[in-house]
Amino acid sequence: MHLQLSREINSVRSVKESEDTQQQIIRETFHLVSKRDENVCNFLEGGLLIGGSDNKLIYRHYATLYFVFCVDSSESELGILDLIQVFVETLDKCFENVCELDLIFHVDKVHNILAEMVMGGMVLETNMNEIVTQIDAQNKLEKSETFIFQSPRQDR
Amino acid sequence: MALKMVKGSIDRMFDKNLQDLVRGIRNHKEDEAKYISQCIDEIKQELKQDNIAVKANAVCKLTYLQMLGYDISWAAFNIIEVMSASKFTFKRIGYLAASQCFHEGTDVIMLTTNQIRKDLSSPNQYDTGVALTGLSCFVTPDLARDLANDIMTLMSHTKPYIRKKAVLIMYKVFLKYPESLRPAFPRLKEKLEDPDPGVQSAAVNVICELARRNPKNYLSLAPLFFKLMTSSTNNWVLIKIIKLFGALTPLEPRLGKKLIEPLTNLIHSTSAMSLLYECVNTVICVFFFSQLCVQKLRILIEDSDQNLKYLGLLAMSKILKTHPKSVQSHKDLILQCLDDKDESIRLRALDLLYGMVSKKNLMEIVKKLMIHVDKAEGTTYRDELLTKIIDICSQSNYQYITNFEWYISILVELTRLEGTRHGCERIILSKTNQTLEAMLRPKVTTLPGHIQAVYVQNMVKLYASILQQKEQAGEKEAAQEITQLMIERLPQFVQSADLEVQERASCILQLIKYIQKLQAKEVPVAEEVIALFAGELNPVAPKAQKKVPVPEGLDLDAWINEPPSDSESEDEKPKTIFHEEEQRHSRHRQPEIDEEELARRREARKQEQANNPFYIKSSPSPQKRYQDTPGVEHIPVVQIDLSVPLKVPGMPMSDQYVKLEEERRHKQKLEKDKKKKKQKKEKRGKHHRHNSLHTESEEDIAPAHHVDIITEEMPENALPSDEDDKDPNDPYKALDIDLDKPLADSEKLPVQRHRNVETLKSPDSEVPLVEKKSKKPKKKEKKHKDKERDKGKKKEKEKKVVEEEEDEVKKVILQDLHYFSSCCYLLLSSFCCLGTVTYDIQGNLQHDSQVTVSVIFENKSTSFLKSMELNVLDSLNTKMLRPEGSSVHDGIPVPFQLPPGISNEAQFVFTLQSIVMAQKLKGTLSFIVKDDEGSTHEKLDFKLHFSCASYLITTPCYSDAFAKLLESGDLHMSSIKVDGISISFQHLLAKICFHHHFSVVERVDSCASMYSRSIQGHHVCLLVKKGENSVSIDGKCNDSTLLSNLLDEMKETLSKC
Repeated sequence: MHLQLSREINSVRSVKESEDTQQQIIRETFHLVSKRDENVCNFLEGGLLIGGSDNKLIYRHYATLYFVFCVDSSESELGILDLIQVFVETLDKCFENVCELDLIFHVDKVHNILAEMVMGGMVLETNMNEIVTQIDAQNKLEKSETFIFQSPRQDR
Repeated sequence: MALKMVKGSIDRMFDKNLQDLVRGIRNHKEDEAKYISQCIDEIKQELKQDNIAVKANAVCKLTYLQMLGYDISWAAFNIIEVMSASKFTFKRIGYLAASQCFHEGTDVIMLTTNQIRKDLSSPNQYDTGVALTGLSCFVTPDLARDLANDIMTLMSHTKPYIRKKAVLIMYKVFLKYPESLRPAFPRLKEKLEDPDPGVQSAAVNVICELARRNPKNYLSLAPLFFKLMTSSTNNWVLIKIIKLFGALTPLEPRLGKKLIEPLTNLIHSTSAMSLLYECVNTVICVFFFSQLCVQKLRILIEDSDQNLKYLGLLAMSKILKTHPKSVQSHKDLILQCLDDKDESIRLRALDLLYGMVSKKNLMEIVKKLMIHVDKAEGTTYRDELLTKIIDICSQSNYQYITNFEWYISILVELTRLEGTRHGCERIILSKTNQTLEAMLRPKVTTLPGHIQAVYVQNMVKLYASILQQKEQAGEKEAAQEITQLMIERLPQFVQSADLEVQERASCILQLIKYIQKLQAKEVPVAEEVIALFAGELNPVAPKAQKKVPVPEGLDLDAWINEPPSDSESEDEKPKTIFHEEEQRHSRHRQPEIDEEELARRREARKQEQANNPFYIKSSPSPQKRYQDTPGVEHIPVVQIDLSVPLKVPGMPMSDQYVKLEEERRHKQKLEKDKKKKKQKKEKRGKHHRHNSLHTESEEDIAPAHHVDIITEEMPENALPSDEDDKDPNDPYKALDIDLDKPLADSEKLPVQRHRNVETLKSPDSEVPLVEKKSKKPKKKEKKHKDKERDKGKKKEKEKKVVEEEEDEVKKVILQDLHYFSSCCYLLLSSFCCLGTVTYDIQGNLQHDSQVTVSVIFENKSTSFLKSMELNVLDSLNTKMLRPEGSSVHDGIPVPFQLPPGISNEAQFVFTLQSIVMAQKLKGTLSFIVKDDEGSTHEKLDFKLHFSCASYLITTPCYSDAFAKLLESGDLHMSSIKVDGISISFQHLLAKICFHHHFSVVERVDSCASMYSRSIQGHHVCLLVKKGENSVSIDGKCNDSTLLSNLLDEMKETLSKC
């Protein structure tokens, strides 16, 4: 759970924080999000923690996982909720029936998928098919390289 | 060797990979830190290996550890190594790690420039993609400057995958290197119409982000966006565009009318809730406002979906800014939302309340809020509530408060809420001994500094009033007792670590010591002590300090004493401060002070306090924002004749005030009704209406006590200005750049080969870099100043140094001239009083046989110009580049329409074979003029003049390279002489630079060498000599025809001066 939060916040924020501040933000965000009831709205104003009133947290809750995006007022709130949905569906496609452990053990892959959707804190692509195509192509490229060059150990 | 490698990789078989690491951490829950430090040691070993795969694996694990909060900056160099691996697999790992841990302070980041450039131009699109993604996270101003040109080229990459990433990253580049905005903008604009929806979306995204900060510069794009809005089907793009129009419309009201139709269409046709909401939101906030819309929002707020409820409230708060009245009628609903179980919704509702208060409903609203305060025990929400209550009451200088007694009682109630941050701030006015004693309790010192400061100040006020009471009652002993108490307890504040508290406390302590002495002599002092606080202290405006004009001859940056030498030890300094303080105290303690002297000093202190910004200036700490010190200063001024006794202990009694107020109003109303009836009898008709309106207005509610609400005080000669409201550090301010202005040559993005290390090293080189954006005259001034300064220095320095400095000055001039060669737009023609068309021809370094003609169309008429089409009759040598499939007789449509008063720029590309001769092309511009009476088709003939100079590209050259070029001997030579030149040599060089795209290589007295290059690579060297009234120019060039043509053109330019 923590791991997810980390990336979301780190990538959507343009300002890079030191590791300590980053951890603090993640902890407090988690604290804020986790204590919220099931059927309340998906928006949260984190205040100074996330850089002022222009920013807000938008999250979605799937079983044990929280996907939290921190966005400023130039983003549409409902749009970001849709984007989180796209992200989760993409993960589902790429990992074939994604579960929490997939995300924990393959953080790098999650990062790569997210990088195709959000770049430097700006939304890059919202079309799931396009994202999946690009990810597949990159995986293929990676595989072809592994074939030539036997790297130490390749799980999966 | 091979064996060794095999052995190495077998060893490495036992390295953990990322999955092992994660598993390990999960299995070592108890001693996680120990396990991880062990892993980091392993990783350090792995990083020492030569095998790149091992390194990549190590970096991959480090990235994971970084996410857990471990600092991995020590591995920055290894990350770069992995980034530069040839395999995509490793490269991706490297860039991911870099994007996680690199930031502006990472010093090795400059080493990545060339690697990134290489990756950007890689034939593999994913190498490029991964580099762009990484760069977007850690781009620095230096990287942005060096790579801007490469990224700009990528914006026209064949693969849409790369194009969209390149377009998006441009926003980051603009932020870090604002100079790149203008050169890159035309291409960015093109991308709005890219065939790929992803690229289009990225371009819309970037422009919306830019326009959000500085909307006025993007007004000219409105027609383009309008077209996109009606044609696009991508909801993301639509949402962005609608948001953008929300920002643009206030600047151009005519847009509003145009947008109504497409927006209504969208509202009816879309199935996406997000888009629907944005449409509604924009419509109500910007274009037209109706009660109906508020009703719609009410439906949203009443919806069971919490998200919609939240958004409804959000939209409501936007309306509140423009139409507060209409929101006020939904007060019931909003108060109801305060009870919602969802904190986000409660906070939104609270925000709305802030804007809804009026004199009439303030008491009622605050009463409701107080109930919520009791319910919300011990949460951050309660903090927020308290803040809001104080905010609501104190907004616009207590504008809405009609009864200050009520307010004070509210404050007293708030102070009794323990465990909140705000409770203690306002404990001001309970006039009892106990309070004073309570305030002097040592516990207070545990409070935050800024609160203590307020405390101390108010303590004296209390003390003064108690003193007065006692003296009037003739209880001298009691008065002395209280003085003694103060003297005993104040030192704890004097020792405070907070400077403010310390200062106030020590001041007051001394004051009280005088009083004690006077009391001992049985002199009545209370009146005078009271007088200390009787003066009106107007609140000082937050900006006042800044606006105090610095008196002439006062240099605030100068040291008052000699600056402390470095050898001085650290502990000495506090000692001297302390010593000074001691002195001051002892001076105060001088015993024989007559009454007059005392009074004078008091007066002086009063003056000092009034002038001292510390006393009233509010601290910038965010929690203290609402703790409005001016208010604190105000309250004691009100003589409180307590119509209701102020009971501190006991039940909340602010309600009593509410009742009281109601009664009072009722009474007023009755009186008014009486009056009205009288008036009715006297006058009827018009006056009646007027009167009833009047009663409804808020102003009618007479305040219970009259309190002057004074405007903030400013120093006498402060000028009203809004400038200082803007934060100079705002990164977006730098992007406030006029984009409609034609692009200048000097604004071209730096291309790697043109950068010269030497110039960068020279200290003066920063001047032009920084100044680049400012206007030219300023630059000249600066240069002049620099020169003068340098001249002054020269006298004192040795000859060698002088020479060096001259070099530097020359460089500055050189660069200045370079920047001087800005837009040389020629008037193409002005068409029948309708508008003007100007153009500029620029060579394109990337293509040796292409020039770009930027044409600016300006519509000066009152009619609408549309369907513009530009056509040129091609010559054998020069041809206009037309889209594939169109014939040579087709015109190229201008990609925009021109509303009245608008100008816009279009670019046309021409291909040429030979550039040695000047060319003239005939052309026509056809367009439709549309006005109220109808539309007419018009045509305009013009001639495009391609001078030889327009094929030249300003290229800097250094004297050694220049000398080699001249020596090489394969250049043809020619010369001209022009008589009757009266302008200065400096000016003359500037003219050549400006009109003929040359740059100065070297200048000695009235002789200068200049250089330029043609787009086809011809070198052109000039030696310009100025005589008495004439100028002779010797030129050398690979091509004699080009040279003679160039010289002829130059002759023409010069003969005009």
